[in-house]
Amino acid sequence: MNIFVFVKRVPDTESKIRINHEMGTIVEEGLSFVLNPYDEYAVEEALRLRETGGGKVTVLSVGADESLVILKKCLAMGADEAFLLKDNTPETYDGLRMAKIIARALEKKFLDYSLLLFGKQSVGADNAQVPSMVAELLGLPQVNVVTKLEIEGTKGTAHREIEGALEKVSFSLPAVISAQKGLNEPRYETLKGIMMAKKKEIPILAFEDLGLKEEDVVPLLELAKMESPPPRKAGKVIEEEPEEAAKKMVEYLHNEAKVI
Amino acid sequence: MILIFIEVRDGKVKKSSLEALSEGKRRADDLNTEANAVLIGYNLEGLASEVLLYGASKVYVMENSLLSHYSAAGFSQALFSLVEEIKPEGIFFSASSMGKDLAPRLAAKLGVSLASDCTRTIAKDGKLEVVRPIFAGKAYITLNFKSSPMMATLRPNVFPLAEPGEKKGEVVRKDVVIPEDQVKAPALEILREEGSEIDVTEAEIVISGGRGMKGPENFDLLRDLVSLLPHSAVGASRSAVDAGWIDHQHQVGQTGKTVSPSLYIAFGISGAIQHLAGMSSSKFIVAVNKDSEASIFKVADFGVIGDLFQVIPYLKEELKKIASE
Repeated sequence: MNIFVFVKRVPDTESKIRINHEMGTIVEEGLSFVLNPYDEYAVEEALRLRETGGGKVTVLSVGADESLVILKKCLAMGADEAFLLKDNTPETYDGLRMAKIIARALEKKFLDYSLLLFGKQSVGADNAQVPSMVAELLGLPQVNVVTKLEIEGTKGTAHREIEGALEKVSFSLPAVISAQKGLNEPRYETLKGIMMAKKKEIPILAFEDLGLKEEDVVPLLELAKMESPPPRKAGKVIEEEPEEAAKKMVEYLHNEAKVI
Repeated sequence: MILIFIEVRDGKVKKSSLEALSEGKRRADDLNTEANAVLIGYNLEGLASEVLLYGASKVYVMENSLLSHYSAAGFSQALFSLVEEIKPEGIFFSASSMGKDLAPRLAAKLGVSLASDCTRTIAKDGKLEVVRPIFAGKAYITLNFKSSPMMATLRPNVFPLAEPGEKKGEVVRKDVVIPEDQVKAPALEILREEGSEIDVTEAEIVISGGRGMKGPENFDLLRDLVSLLPHSAVGASRSAVDAGWIDHQHQVGQTGKTVSPSLYIAFGISGAIQHLAGMSSSKFIVAVNKDSEASIFKVADFGVIGDLFQVIPYLKEELKKIASE
């Protein structure tokens, strides 16, 4: 099976986000960046599918040169090949733009795909759009927010998380799958993997290589403003005997907050 | 016109879709246009009249036996044909599991961009503007649309539901022709975990436990509280989920779910930044923690410094008293 995984570089979830109000962007200085946590599940699932069914795992990222670091990590985890689709545009929060770049790359350079794996969303943009959009642009079935995946030959079944339940979905390959936490437990890179990844070259593809022009991928959403959330004020804190504390808490919820 | 997709689960109209319709109607009024709704599926009898109560001028009903099971490919095909015909200026979905799966597929089919998980919509200069969280709520962005129709998914539990009014609108049946091979990846069946009907994203009250719960068995204490409070659900911090004490479906935070309930109660949760991001848009926050220095107290409207295992039994008594009043 020829598996492609799409990964993104994002700020660590423990990061405090500061805003450059003039530029309408987040302040990157002082942030530590990681492989998007949901993409880790996608990479791990690809490696497991290769281990049981054979094939090849190729990892792609769209972004600036800084994204080479996360591609190296994927190679160290065990991916066969990695490519960077070079794009120096700062985050646009426009999923369609990203999906167009990915769909074009697949059509131009990697037509022999059987499975396209994504994280269910990137932490940051929080869009959860790109997998479905790529599926539509390429005319493929999609299953998003997947916690269980089984593939046999050209058919698959997946469990997709919905509100308070799971949907059991069947599909045929090629298909788009997006990974949710719970799908697997991602492996750590081994020392041997890191050494091997060091030797591997990561080819960089430019828009011209994909026959893309900037005007083909102009964002169709305009970022008018970026703000911090309204601050929350700390309220009343009490320290009393459990019985008294419980009484006061319920009194507060019932009479003041009126939420119960 | 603003078109609102109405989701049906288990033969019922989903409340978060009616919230989206209520918001769509408010913006349609601002823009001097109408809000119309669309129902897609099979055997949808009777559902349209409920939707009319929430201000829709027209409810389009698109039925086909091939649409009896949800699939993004099939549903987006049906929606696409309707959108091509009626040409709405805006399309709203609830940012539910189905909305988040379906809206981007339709957007790509229409070649337009989509604003996900919005928490505010504004009518400005004859157009829509939306506000949405990024980084699970660590920041908010305001977006303008450069493509039409303007498409947005709206976060459940954020937009007020309109008071059901008079049925003034009409039901319009639309034929839907779908080639069978267009129904890709249908949902065959729904597997439900026992006793977890309400998802944390839809619950009005979320009762969460963290590392302070000490073990999986103690989450039963929270389930007891849930059984005493209507429309509530059990949540959890990442450390409780990673310890294997409770399923990740319950995780609140940046690598879990972002919630905006009326009330969020945090038991034994210290308040890591990625957790606070996922719940600080809750209307009221209450925290119980032994550590008076816990960051959760910085965002809590009401905090109790104390041992949750001692407080919860009394809490149950007090809640029972309220229930019997």
